[in-house]
Amino acid sequence: MKIHVPRDAAARAVGADQVAAAILAEADRRGIAVTLIRNGSRGMVWLEPLVEVTTPEGRMAFGPVAASDVAGLFDAGWQGHPLALGPTEELPWMMMQTRLTFARCGITDPLCLEDYRAHHGLKGLHRALTMTRDAMLQEVIDSGLRGRGGAGFPTGIKWKTVSDAPADQKYIICNADEGDSGTFADRMIMEGDPFTLIEGMTIAGLATGATRGYVYMRSEYPDAVQVMAEAVRIARDAGLLGPSVMGSGRAFDMDIRVGAGAYVCGEETSLLNSLEGKRGVVRAKPPLPALEGFFGKPTVVNNVISLASIPVIFDKGAAYYRDFGLGRSRGTIPLQIAGNVRRGGLFEIAFGMSLGQIVDDIAGGTATGRPVKAVQVGGPLGAYFPRALFDTPFCYEEFAGAEGLVGHAGIVVFDDSADMLKQARFAMEFCAIESCGKCTPCRIGAVRGMETVDRIARGDAAAIPLLRDLCATMKSGSLCALGGFTPYPVMSALTHFPEDFVPLHEAAE
Amino acid sequence: MQVDEADVCARVGDILDAHGGMEGPLLPILHAVQDAFGHVPMAALPVIADRLNLSRAEVHGVVSFYHDFRSQPHGRHVLKLCRAEACQSMGGDQVADRARALLGIDWHQTTPDGAVTLEPVFCLGLCACAPAALVDGRVVGRVDQARLDSLLDEVRA
Ligand SMILES: Cc1cc2nc3c(=O)[nH]c(=O)nc-3n(C[C@H](O)[C@H](O)[C@H](O)COP(=O)(O)O)c2cc1C
Ligand code: SF4
Ligand code: FES
Ligand code: FES
Repeated sequence: MKIHVPRDAAARAVGADQVAAAILAEADRRGIAVTLIRNGSRGMVWLEPLVEVTTPEGRMAFGPVAASDVAGLFDAGWQGHPLALGPTEELPWMMMQTRLTFARCGITDPLCLEDYRAHHGLKGLHRALTMTRDAMLQEVIDSGLRGRGGAGFPTGIKWKTVSDAPADQKYIICNADEGDSGTFADRMIMEGDPFTLIEGMTIAGLATGATRGYVYMRSEYPDAVQVMAEAVRIARDAGLLGPSVMGSGRAFDMDIRVGAGAYVCGEETSLLNSLEGKRGVVRAKPPLPALEGFFGKPTVVNNVISLASIPVIFDKGAAYYRDFGLGRSRGTIPLQIAGNVRRGGLFEIAFGMSLGQIVDDIAGGTATGRPVKAVQVGGPLGAYFPRALFDTPFCYEEFAGAEGLVGHAGIVVFDDSADMLKQARFAMEFCAIESCGKCTPCRIGAVRGMETVDRIARGDAAAIPLLRDLCATMKSGSLCALGGFTPYPVMSALTHFPEDFVPLHEAAE
Repeated sequence: MQVDEADVCARVGDILDAHGGMEGPLLPILHAVQDAFGHVPMAALPVIADRLNLSRAEVHGVVSFYHDFRSQPHGRHVLKLCRAEACQSMGGDQVADRARALLGIDWHQTTPDGAVTLEPVFCLGLCACAPAALVDGRVVGRVDQARLDSLLDEVRA
């Protein structure tokens, strides 16, 4: 009998290891031969640990399973049990998605290269190896793929800049710092389908003439670091990485590096300094990293999801990918639905679904059952959306138009017990803790911001215009988006939830 | 725990040897040193600086920039609680307040018996099963009051 129990950190965090051990022990006791596979997560985190049993009718899901449920599940012969959910693929959460980047995640054994190949793995790379560099670059440009790390810059254009830059050494650097609260897509793909990222980086290397790569991972992801390091070793042993990628005679190899707990190191130039062994201080641009990046060499810096979307684009073609989406937001976006939600997890869908549909229909409202008050989209630098803006389509331009950002597509839901003044203060506090210190509006401004919010909390109405001015200064005078975007959560809280800033309320009356 | 300077020099020397030929080796070296000693001992800095052709101040500047690197040993267990937004939305602040009260320490502090160090962390990527914690590198989700209490029993034992 074949049983899948996820090894994803979110599944392990709620007891997947204990469930896996209980299944092996119980099978042993009953003399049942079990093949246990530790897969990635399907993304239905509220059902984790989600156990799947392979049957002639496909994979059947059970969840959330506790170790104490295991004996009963065996007693029931793994059918007709209260935890039985039916065929995994037919669960509404799965049926409603368009899984391109996450097509394999949760299905395959993350560290089995045969399994990877059996599920379309390496097809994109095979095709890329038959193409000229120009054709490869054009494929990425035509796909309409924009950077999934937050800024939404067209990936193909970035690659072309690196490709056109003459140099003896170029680099592909994967930004796996994923520091935004409410996001875990990078973590999930690295733990659940790491070869996709390796394949995407290899194609990036071939397209730009870069022969070396690094994945810069955050230290807060110990499980992902371990899986990625193992996957790189397996890929190298299989000749996928090295002096002759899949026998093509073209070289590409990569290594894993681990950060040291600094949010700002997700900013690409700070990341480069960190990778070089320096303080993670932000660099002024220009020069662009594409021209002068790692140790001054032309460097592609791309987010995990940008790079992990490359294999499917090369496998199915640019047009296939581009045909999903809305306006200038092409393809799919892995939404990460988090916080106070009934159903939280990863949900990959074409751009364009409204925020309200995501929060009310997909997430099913709050976990506490109380009304939704605010939704923060795009991490700690993203705006808080009130219900009144729930018709905003999930797209780069539309979110910018609503004074917010898509960012890395993390969606954090708060119920009506949230105090938005407290959230505004936290945004300033976070900026103060994580500021790299290079520019004054951010370094000093964030500390002043905390003090100013505290004054408002004490009933000082005169501090409200000060907070607005401070936000304007931070927005216009900061070198990077840490200082520059911290005003988004602060100003959105102030604008959309004035009742939580009591003196403002009084002043308005 | 007092570390012996000669011992530090010898073991850091081995770590430096193991990192030869790397591009930008300083962070991997510091991680390896911290793994070996539980913190980055002062005595390690000149050894590292000397080998990498940096000033001691430069190495110190790097160590002090990153939240992860500690200049003092931590307790026998390290409990990291997520303080970021998704965990806040699920009552993470109350869980953190309770942890601080029951342990009688604040962030970055170690209990007087040396059992537990409490550290804040900003997101563990477990935001759909919040509030989240990391106990000696092991991930824990849905940390309500009961789960926190059992975690505290575990680390204080
Ligand atoms: C403070 C700050 C933190 C950032 N953190 C991340 C991060 O964790 N991951 C990421 O991919 N991009 C992050 N970015 C964006 C990067 O600077 C950069 O735009 C991105 O890595 C480019 O890759 P992409 O084009 O594939 O999105 C951050 C930016 C700022 C200003
Ligand atoms: S805005 Fe803040 S984090 Fe960004 S460069 Fe300036 S000081 Fe550094
Ligand atoms: S329709 Fe223009 S970006 Fe969404
Ligand atoms: S916000 Fe706490 S784990 Fe992400």
